Amino acid sequence: MAIGDYVSRIEEACGQEKDFIVLFKYDKKDEAITKMLKKAKLEKSVSGIIFELTFKDVSFRLYRTGKAIFRGLKEKSQLENLLTDLLS
Amino acid sequence: MMIDPYKIREDFPILKRKVNDCPLIYFDNAATTQKPRQVISVIKDFYETHNANVHRAVHTLSQEASELYENAHKEVAKFINADGMEEIVFVRGTTEAINLVAYSWGCHNLKKSDEVIVTLMEHHSNIVPWELLSRVNGFALKYVEVKDDGTLNYEDFENKISRKTKIVCVSQVSNFSGVVNDVQKLAKVAHENEALILVDGAQSVPHLPVDVKRLDVDFLAFSGHKMLGPTGIGTLYGKREILEKMEPFQGGGEMIREVSFDRATRRCMITWNDLPWKFEAGTPDVSGGIGLMEAVKYLKQIGMQNVRAHECALTEYAIKRMQEIEKVTIYGPKEASLKCGIIPFSVAGFSSHDVALFLDNYGIMVRSGYHCAQPLHEAFGLASSARASFYIYNVREEIDRFAEVLKEIGQI
Repeated sequence: MAIGDYVSRIEEACGQEKDFIVLFKYDKKDEAITKMLKKAKLEKSVSGIIFELTFKDVSFRLYRTGKAIFRGLKEKSQLENLLTDLLS
Repeated sequence: MMIDPYKIREDFPILKRKVNDCPLIYFDNAATTQKPRQVISVIKDFYETHNANVHRAVHTLSQEASELYENAHKEVAKFINADGMEEIVFVRGTTEAINLVAYSWGCHNLKKSDEVIVTLMEHHSNIVPWELLSRVNGFALKYVEVKDDGTLNYEDFENKISRKTKIVCVSQVSNFSGVVNDVQKLAKVAHENEALILVDGAQSVPHLPVDVKRLDVDFLAFSGHKMLGPTGIGTLYGKREILEKMEPFQGGGEMIREVSFDRATRRCMITWNDLPWKFEAGTPDVSGGIGLMEAVKYLKQIGMQNVRAHECALTEYAIKRMQEIEKVTIYGPKEASLKCGIIPFSVAGFSSHDVALFLDNYGIMVRSGYHCAQPLHEAFGLASSARASFYIYNVREEIDRFAEVLKEIGQI
């Protein structure tokens, strides 16, 4: 599995908060969401459309629309490793 | 007369689509605006019936394309009350317009002992070209401060300007806060000090009546895509006598009248073309220019005073609704008459990107981040912000829905 199978684009958000925004491929988003919900710890769910998750001490927010925002990461490679684990 | 935004909405095909199963609410107009079918049609029609290179051939299609492209310059000139198409240079957008002035005028007129004034309110595109050039020419850059309420500190401007100042570079409307600067006043002070004034009109020309003669500005830069036109086309207005003295920006076809090889010196003798073509090297964006002309006609038909009034009313209503939500903070002035339809805000406990993604979930498009205005965010002590910005096709019901979703975020 390559993250490119699921991920359409990764954007490093501007601003001092070094957030990474991950946009999943439209036709694979549901599969990606299911995998991530299985692997990560669910902290909170808002109306089944937004999920607060943690995985390997990294917190992220996943949206039903197929977007996720990862916080507190220093490098894009760190995110790519996390996504590889989450989506495998 | 107020405009009828419901009727206007009928002209915008994109507003009929859904995003994430919700009706699209487009509040990212400061980044780019949507296009009416009139603009889309005229571009399609150009490629289907008139397409040819301009100013290059005597055949019928080239003549038609040239006439349309020249008319586009004339229409834009009338829109901002310039003296004619000679003062209207088509460029890719505001950024390229400012870079044109920095390199064509700045390179040749700024020296080490000179000063250039910019403000902390500027978009990066009105900061970076001057920073880059100052590293080459060695002139000093002076930044005018912004007050705590987000308005420009005019006292600081008057303290910083002097006979050393050669150009003042300022936005008419802040792309972060929507604050409207008194450009007429700034131009008067600049001219009293024998300095030129360049105005970034990216957020003003689409939203306010702008008259270059009344304002007495030397340069005005703006983008087509922020005023219903296509991307990739924008305008640099310059006073004719200044443009005439300036060196060209880029070299190539179109911008020259003659390139003659002198066998004695083994060099080419070059004569520049007339204005505005001297600054439009290469094949221009003809369809973009024609699209911009149609956008200008559309706005003129509505009337820029009406555009302004509609946006003021929407902004006032949006601020009122947003202030009802406990966790929402609005930055900059809260008085709609001091600003254009731009509202920067945050929701306590959420990053701006979280807010934008949450709203996106409900089909509401807002911008998040620095909006290319990092110095102003720093002045406000902000890591980033969310920004809602309105235009002629936005309606109160959309603001109501926006406020409902913001309230929902606040309850998480």
